[in-house]
Amino acid sequence: MEFDLLWTIAQRELREALKNKWLWFYALAFAGLALALSQAGLASAGYAGLGGFGRTAASLVNALLLFVPLMGLSVGAGALAGDRERGTLLYLLAQPVSRAEIFFGKVVGAGLALVAALALGFGLAGLGIASAGDGNAIAYLSLAAYTFLLALASLGIGFIISTLTRKGATAAGAALIVWLALVFFGDLGLVGATLSFHPTPSTLFVLLVANPLQVFKLAAIYSLRATLDTLGAVGQYAYYEFGNALPFLLTGLLAAWAIVGFGIAFAIFNRRGDQ
Amino acid sequence: MSRDKISVRVNNFTKQYGKVVALEGVSFSVQPGQALALWGPNGAGKTTLLKAMLGLIDFKGKIEIEGCDVQRAGKQARRQIGYVPQEAIFYDLSVRATLEFYARLKKVGAELASVQHARVTSLIQRVGLADHAHKPVPALSGGLKQRLALAVALLADPPVLLLDEPTANLDAKARSDYLSLLAALHHEGKTILFASHRIEEVETLADQVLMLEHGKLTETISPEELRARLSSNIEMVLWVNEAQRAHAKNCLTEKGLDAHLNGRGTVVVRIQSQQKMRALNLLNEAGVSVQNFEIESLAG
Repeated sequence: MEFDLLWTIAQRELREALKNKWLWFYALAFAGLALALSQAGLASAGYAGLGGFGRTAASLVNALLLFVPLMGLSVGAGALAGDRERGTLLYLLAQPVSRAEIFFGKVVGAGLALVAALALGFGLAGLGIASAGDGNAIAYLSLAAYTFLLALASLGIGFIISTLTRKGATAAGAALIVWLALVFFGDLGLVGATLSFHPTPSTLFVLLVANPLQVFKLAAIYSLRATLDTLGAVGQYAYYEFGNALPFLLTGLLAAWAIVGFGIAFAIFNRRGDQ
Repeated sequence: MSRDKISVRVNNFTKQYGKVVALEGVSFSVQPGQALALWGPNGAGKTTLLKAMLGLIDFKGKIEIEGCDVQRAGKQARRQIGYVPQEAIFYDLSVRATLEFYARLKKVGAELASVQHARVTSLIQRVGLADHAHKPVPALSGGLKQRLALAVALLADPPVLLLDEPTANLDAKARSDYLSLLAALHHEGKTILFASHRIEEVETLADQVLMLEHGKLTETISPEELRARLSSNIEMVLWVNEAQRAHAKNCLTEKGLDAHLNGRGTVVVRIQSQQKMRALNLLNEAGVSVQNFEIESLAG
């Protein structure tokens, strides 16, 4: 793999992704919501047992769980499907570049665009929190780091959608369905499974981490409070089972989601005849 | 230029889409500086063969471009190729920015920016895009976009050009100008392989014509021979009631005639000029009412 070629494609993809008005709309909507949360000091909307900055940040986690997957999935889903639909992908593949350079160039470009949009959102939200006289820079940066990992995991799933679809509109629709599944049906499914099958905490924990959004939620809450007892039996199980290794496990799981997502997407894209 | 070397070698090429065999057992070679036309009806496999040469599809057999196996070293093979598609689609950039983007991908002037700038400028002038260099590509006409595609193809000065029906979407003036550009490149010694169904393209450019039919390479002939064959062939376009169109097509094909339905709702049959009445009589006997017909010469 030649990294100068990869970077050339990444730069073009970055410019293309930065033109995506939805990306900026989501980023600014998140920032606006975060500002509102910090200014209003939504103490009662936070997680029980959290105080001050913790309450604001815990409210932010809920906002992040909605916005970040939507951003990652929509940017990823459009990355290859849009080019394929326009015909630019075929022309690009006909140039002296490898499929790996094209694919990972697009991943890097889309990833940088996503990081830029999130940095804007986090920057504005951070200003709001600081101006409210409340803040914990370390916890805030940990939350930002987990958010970037969640964004990459979502981007990976978005790329899988993109490799499997031929039209931009189809990819966008599929991304929306996957987002609904992860955000809403994942939670509902878990509640349903718990009520129907009464799984053990360990089984429930495995079911929980099968959804990257839940992994992010565990990691974010843990980073704010260094305990998961606010999340009930599963949180307590995870805390007592893994102890201080828990943040590394959760970080690893989020990273694995991203790596596996991009890996599957590349395997599909790399099939001969897939243009 | 050397004539003992082989620029493009295709050996026992076979491509299947599921159970459908698109091309089978195709073998040929192209010497440096030679121009070969791939001739055949729609669906004969011309574009499939070009895509395979670019390493874009999987296939059985072997294709080498300047000694590079496209299946084992696709990127190296593509470095030897300038490709012009039937209709090039570009990103939303200016003409110059488009050329600079592809120049970076082809590593033109990778060490020195001024080399890249000079190459891009000279190609913009050569293909006649100097007045459009700063225009966004989507604002260009089809003819100018094809010129840009040719400029992109020539960036790294590759020895081989692959062209997929390069003038299919151009008007008469643009076609003539474009063919002049390609003829000059052929004269300069570029190896050119192009898919075509236009006799004027073949007569202007090709040294030899590869005839593709029913998924096979049937023969290699000269452009003059192709012209002679086409001059006795015509295409009859028959207007038939919609309910009878499929029946009409089947009647003709069952009797060995080359007939198909086209997108405009007519039945098209390719026959020798003296067989016009045979086609009409066959349809009459089958109870098909022909409302009108036109005759087009295939010789252009």
